[in-house]
Amino acid sequence: MRTTIDRRLLVVLLGLCIYGIAMVYSAGQTDVPTYAERAWIKQLGWMVIGIVAGAAAFRMSFRLLEWAAPYLYGLGLFLLLLTLVIGTGAGTAASSKSWLAIGGVRIGQPVELAKLGTILLLARYLSALRQPPGTLRDLVAPGLITGIPVLLVMAQPDLGSAIVFVGILFAMLFWCGVRPSLLLLLASPGVSLLLAVDTRWWGAWILLLTMLLLVWRIYVSEGVFIWLVNSAMGVIAIVLWNRLKPYQQQRLVSFLRPEADPSRSGYQVIQSKVAIGSGGWFGNGWLHGPQKRLAFLPEQPTDFIFSVVGEELGFVGVLLAMGLFLALFLVLLRIARRATESFSSLVVFGILGLLLIHVFENVGMTISLMPITGIPLPFFSYGGSFILTCGIAMGLVFRVASDSRMSGYLDT
Amino acid sequence: MSIAFTPFRVRERATIATWVLAGVFLLVAGAFFRAQILSNEDYRRRSDNNRLRKLTLASPRGIIFDRDGKAIAENASGFTVKLLAGSKDSLRAVLRRITALVPSAEDLESQVVRRYETAPFQPALVYPNASIETVATLEEHRYLLPGLVIRTEPRRYYRAGKAVAHLVGYVSEVSADELERKRFPGARSGSLVGKDGLEAKYDSVVRGLEGESFIEVDARGRMVRDGSQQPVLKPVPGERIRTTIDLDLQTYIDSLWTAERPDMTGAMVAMTPDGQLLALYSAPTYDPNEFITGVSSARYAELTTGSAKPLFDRAVSGSFPPGSPFKLVTAAVALKRGIVDFSSHMPQACTGGFRFGNRVFHCWKKSGHGSLDLTDAIAASCDVYFYQLGLRIGLPNLLSDVTALGLASPTGLDLGSERTSFFPPSTAYYDRTYGKRGWTQATILNLSIGQGENTQTLINLVRFYAALAGDGTIPTPYVVTRPVRGGRSLGLTPDQLKGLQDALVKVVAHGTAAASGGRDLKVAGKTGTAQNPQGDDHGWFIGFAPADNPKIVVGSIMEHAKHGTVVAPYVVKAIRRYLQKFDPTLAKAPIKIVIQDDSATTDTDLSADTVVRARRR
Repeated sequence: MRTTIDRRLLVVLLGLCIYGIAMVYSAGQTDVPTYAERAWIKQLGWMVIGIVAGAAAFRMSFRLLEWAAPYLYGLGLFLLLLTLVIGTGAGTAASSKSWLAIGGVRIGQPVELAKLGTILLLARYLSALRQPPGTLRDLVAPGLITGIPVLLVMAQPDLGSAIVFVGILFAMLFWCGVRPSLLLLLASPGVSLLLAVDTRWWGAWILLLTMLLLVWRIYVSEGVFIWLVNSAMGVIAIVLWNRLKPYQQQRLVSFLRPEADPSRSGYQVIQSKVAIGSGGWFGNGWLHGPQKRLAFLPEQPTDFIFSVVGEELGFVGVLLAMGLFLALFLVLLRIARRATESFSSLVVFGILGLLLIHVFENVGMTISLMPITGIPLPFFSYGGSFILTCGIAMGLVFRVASDSRMSGYLDT
Repeated sequence: MSIAFTPFRVRERATIATWVLAGVFLLVAGAFFRAQILSNEDYRRRSDNNRLRKLTLASPRGIIFDRDGKAIAENASGFTVKLLAGSKDSLRAVLRRITALVPSAEDLESQVVRRYETAPFQPALVYPNASIETVATLEEHRYLLPGLVIRTEPRRYYRAGKAVAHLVGYVSEVSADELERKRFPGARSGSLVGKDGLEAKYDSVVRGLEGESFIEVDARGRMVRDGSQQPVLKPVPGERIRTTIDLDLQTYIDSLWTAERPDMTGAMVAMTPDGQLLALYSAPTYDPNEFITGVSSARYAELTTGSAKPLFDRAVSGSFPPGSPFKLVTAAVALKRGIVDFSSHMPQACTGGFRFGNRVFHCWKKSGHGSLDLTDAIAASCDVYFYQLGLRIGLPNLLSDVTALGLASPTGLDLGSERTSFFPPSTAYYDRTYGKRGWTQATILNLSIGQGENTQTLINLVRFYAALAGDGTIPTPYVVTRPVRGGRSLGLTPDQLKGLQDALVKVVAHGTAAASGGRDLKVAGKTGTAQNPQGDDHGWFIGFAPADNPKIVVGSIMEHAKHGTVVAPYVVKAIRRYLQKFDPTLAKAPIKIVIQDDSATTDTDLSADTVVRARRR
């Protein structure tokens, strides 16, 4: 089998990895040294492991992968279940059970593997369809494939990862050709849940939904179902809110109003925004961010690594990082478009969705566009499991790119 | 393969996806642009506030010197202990550890928390003047005490301690109320400011400017970098001031008083005839150094409201009925108006009383003085003579003349908190107080012997005697700043002035201290007894010496001393002490003075019914 390496992807990835390592190194340079001081060496080690895993994935046959998808998915679920029993917490989400530990040594976060498994199984299911799902009933199966891990991570609880799973589902449904209107209806219960905080907003939304249901002329039974689910969401929002753990509630509150409790839950957002905001155009210089040096930034080598970028390299540094990510996504989109068959195309787009949600969540959280969740920033955040996952995912993408190149894809 | 994956449909979706990506990135970039570029200044400031803690660097206060260049108030170096804290809770936690290590006042915690609340981003003052032991203990346990800031700072020291208390005042932390009223321009929360006496009056001169430096702290409030070696703003030391005080005399008065009359409350003031204040003492006194370490609220209450009120300055803030010393005022007014000369006799000889209207006004000497001229009347302090002198002057004249002599206004001494002496400015005062027909000319009888509606501060009476001792000009007493305008004149001729001085020499009949060199120290002066309805009468003595060329005027009031004769020896001793500077032989001169014992005449009842009948006659 002849293979080739997509040069654009390689260049973009190299740029992101170097940028990422530089920031992890900087995040460790504090006035009062912490564990983070030597994190960059470990991060380098993880990157090597990620590259090896990626190379292995690159060598793997996509037919084998398609066949193995249910088993990988099952393994992911099994590990997630295991974390609920023997999991431990860490970092921003210290109280959640997201880590698998053996003999007290944390060996990883299974959720990252489960994300890949879900992408593979969704890709296998959706690519097998003769035509894209056109009704709600058609969405039951992909909904279940995503729903089970969502429920498991919500039980940890890990809101951030749940959002990632849902994001992957929507990205892949879109890519396999589901009508935007159907996606909107699928999303409507979520919208309803969010808007339930204010009765007026929620009432307006139900009115709009009713009109959309009439205009789009979907099946009566499905329309009624959607309508009922939305109404129910408005009611159970309060119940759900009360069932959230206090720290989750606080995070949501402090997302909406960070100044409400500046010393506790709002602290992280405020400190992050202060660090970023003080960066200006060019920042305080690499290694020289005062907020970072003095440990005002929370979780700086992991979840809040992007705040270090903002503080030390300024708006220009932020644009550079975001530009690299945008370039990565455009390259991924191009590869997904040129894929020789729908399974691999969906896998690549699923990975794109995964990374996009991660980037938007993580970066958005540092500037309070999004609530605080413990979602790592791809190629930047210090942490083994996700680096490994990214390595494998990039290996698969390289393979798809190589395959389409070898089959003589013509750009139309 | 699904029909959805035809190249056309895929490209269609890819286009949508590209737009979505572009939208997401514009949104994120916009958010960062807003924070980093548009709100950059705000966040940069907050970043600095986060990590930089402003530390004020105390400026050494200017040294206060006496007239010979001896320091009354100087600076020693002391340790201040401050605490940086991220929150009130962590402040309390560290404070508890500190109080467990070092014995502290009970209300220390609430005090420190209050200071923290007024300036949470600055280190809160814990001990303004810690001992070396305290500092050593704290340093030893520094690892337990995050945010501990210890530094050496100049602090005020009064070598003479309690001897100079009312003169220099003291220094302590500016109060929230004073900050609000902007009493001390440039003072900030935690600043030390002068609270009384010279420290308060000349605070703006002596205080200097506090410096400023920043220390950098980490998220837990631990100090990471100390910028105080390179202050942003260097402290500017306060200016030195030179006073007219004679520190030797001042401490002598204190030692004399505490040795011989430890329980006596009162005051003593010494000045030169031209108004330079030489000493100012009030008893009981307190140690101004006590305030440097900070006094507890209980101790402060004791100092201000306790029965003896040590903080109360009896020399400038206490006002008393003047009694006999005031007769010189009446005499001076009469001489100025040409009503009498020194050989004038009054129509009625003193038989121990004086009938006016239907009332008899008594003389302090029940057997009577007989017929006296002015000189002898002053020497004998004859009340009957002065009743008639007052009647000759007339009430409106006496009121306006006394007021013109400054005995109804503050002296203008540059020491603050001076109480205004009281004397009715005109007959309108009586009309207002008693009604137009409610009083009579008899009022003048009481006023002319220093009783009635007349209260004087010690400083004000002393300066009147300074005018008698000097060239007849009523000086504005001063400690630091020589008044721009010269004082008002008594309006007496040199001969008249000389006559009054001679009369005062006569008062101290045997008031001569034989110097070993054979020369006499002639002291002139006047005793007095101030009526005190609340208890024993107060004793006055105001004297000056040498009588032929006065260099010093000393006045004293001793509360509940019953007679002025009790007071006189101490005044004479103080005078001798000062004059030793010019004539060392005086040191061995024995002090022996005999002064006639003139008790206060009982105030004659001037209530309306007796007065009205008197007028009809």
